[in-house]
Amino acid sequence: MSMRAMFEATRGRGEIALIPYVTAGYPSIEASLDLVDRAAEAGADAVEIGLPFSDPVADGPTIQFASHQALERGFRTRVFLDAITARRPASPLILMTYLNPLLALGPSACAKLAAAGFRALVVPDLPEEEAASIGGEAEPAGIDLVLLAAPTSSPERLRRIGAASRGFVYVVGVVGTTGARREADPALPGILDRVRPTTALPLVAGFGLSEPPHIRAIASHADGAIVGSRLVEAIRHGEDFSALIRSFKQATRRP
Amino acid sequence: MLPADRSGYFGAYGGRFIPETLSLALAELETAYDEARVDPAFQARLEDLLRNYVGRRTPLYFAERLTVHTGGARIYLKREDLNHTGAHKINNAIGQALLAKRLGKARIIAETGAGQHGVATATACALLGLPCRVFMGEVDVARQRPNVQRMELLGASVIPVDSGTRTLKDAINAALRQWVSDVRDTHYLVGSVVGPDPFPRMVRDLQSVIGRETRAQCLEALGRLPDLVVACVGGGSNAIGMFHPLLDDPIALVGVEAAGHGIETARHAATLTRGRPGVLHGARTILLQDEDGQIQEAHSISAGLDYPGVGPEHAHLRDMGRVRYESITDAEALAAFRLLARLEGIVPALESAHAVAFALQAASALPPDRVVVVNLSGRGDKDLDHVIALGAEARS
Repeated sequence: MSMRAMFEATRGRGEIALIPYVTAGYPSIEASLDLVDRAAEAGADAVEIGLPFSDPVADGPTIQFASHQALERGFRTRVFLDAITARRPASPLILMTYLNPLLALGPSACAKLAAAGFRALVVPDLPEEEAASIGGEAEPAGIDLVLLAAPTSSPERLRRIGAASRGFVYVVGVVGTTGARREADPALPGILDRVRPTTALPLVAGFGLSEPPHIRAIASHADGAIVGSRLVEAIRHGEDFSALIRSFKQATRRP
Repeated sequence: MLPADRSGYFGAYGGRFIPETLSLALAELETAYDEARVDPAFQARLEDLLRNYVGRRTPLYFAERLTVHTGGARIYLKREDLNHTGAHKINNAIGQALLAKRLGKARIIAETGAGQHGVATATACALLGLPCRVFMGEVDVARQRPNVQRMELLGASVIPVDSGTRTLKDAINAALRQWVSDVRDTHYLVGSVVGPDPFPRMVRDLQSVIGRETRAQCLEALGRLPDLVVACVGGGSNAIGMFHPLLDDPIALVGVEAAGHGIETARHAATLTRGRPGVLHGARTILLQDEDGQIQEAHSISAGLDYPGVGPEHAHLRDMGRVRYESITDAEALAAFRLLARLEGIVPALESAHAVAFALQAASALPPDRVVVVNLSGRGDKDLDHVIALGAEARS
């Protein structure tokens, strides 16, 4: 399913999209792919898979930990791509990767990702002004290069981001790194409303969304929500992953 | 010949690969810096502090006994170790702290490897009344204890970093993450010619006082320019500061990286000798990395060279063939450290000892009418405990 079709389907059901995040290779490659399937069964509309990187500067302690564990256990990009290509999860898949591991895939990186089933690509250290070369490779491969907007982005930058992004705009919900937070940032609906007029694309909020009420608070402002660190914590501590996904999904109904 | 840097690139290297949250701060910094560099009042304030507080200009010293011992070209030392705080790092720290004030930032964060940049930043912050936090890898906290104590005495908080390699690379990661959270009121005082634009060119400009003075001092003392100029390269700020004003002169320039246990082993920091292009800490540059693009751990006896990347302008100067990059092992650097102490009464930083070691090799192959200048980027007091412990280990 394309990103566009996924957003249309959730909108048709009066919901915003729930997009859980899992770190590839944590706790293992097969276990992380099991989590992708379980997320879909529990109601996820798409899944964001994070490629571990040695130097994840946009991530807080939780995702740093998962990435570090995956690499310590010998994670290799090629092994992961082979595994996911073989399993072909049913969900629309988004790859979150820092730029360097993406560049290391070589000139046909986007074709390789498309072959593995990915439909969109989020690169947190690739701002709009540096995005053209990757974007030019992603488009013919059928991959949406998703750009990020931040609370600190100027109005002019938001317009450029809205115009150059593909698939959706990833709206960073906090001034900070990824990580579960007890309280959602009360400024988030306002940030989403600032981004809305800059683009015709769906808006997906991420960073700091860690409780169902956080999702409910943005359901009339966003088209999707990414939940990351809270789920990685759940995996780390053996909580009921599917039940957590269901509780988040119930919060995605538009008021 | 000079790299064009208007767009933040040096040939294929550089750029601004950062989380979107930081884009506003970098744009503000770029504007403020471009204004400050042509503002006579700002430049006068900086020059006054460099002269009367830092103690510039630093001497260009003829190392006569070292020259006789080597039996070749005349060796001169650019004495950046005589700066206040004992290294070239203060040139940049003072400049950026003044800029942070100009930007209206209330707080400073910084990373440090050997602790020299941390001490310089803590010093500049004490001078200008700015609260300061310094991120430092746990490994470096242990091996550079005196600098940790100095930073704390100067009023800075030292935050040990226990993630990743627990050295300079991860101290930069931690500082970048803190900056993402505090970007509205905090300036990240980057210590080398690394990071996203405008840091590499701003730090280079602030360090270029080294090369400008050296050039003038050579003309004054010798009536001519040197034949060879040598500087050590970790991120590469002392080297670029020395080299940049000399790029258009007919002078051989050599940057010396840390070969650690040897570049044929896995334990070295010879990025330009062994690395491949990639993106780390906001810039496209040359990196030590595996085939998946995971950054590899660097190794050097000197905490300041222990970095798997290098400033993007160095990568460009290498590609252009304007600067040659060589490497020196831990053992060679230690021997030069001891030799300089015995023959000249100067204890160099272990980082600078790499440049001295290469200069000794090069000078011995040149005739006595040639002139070699070594940038002695810092003093070695901070390294004494570490070197003495290594000596005890070797004897036991």
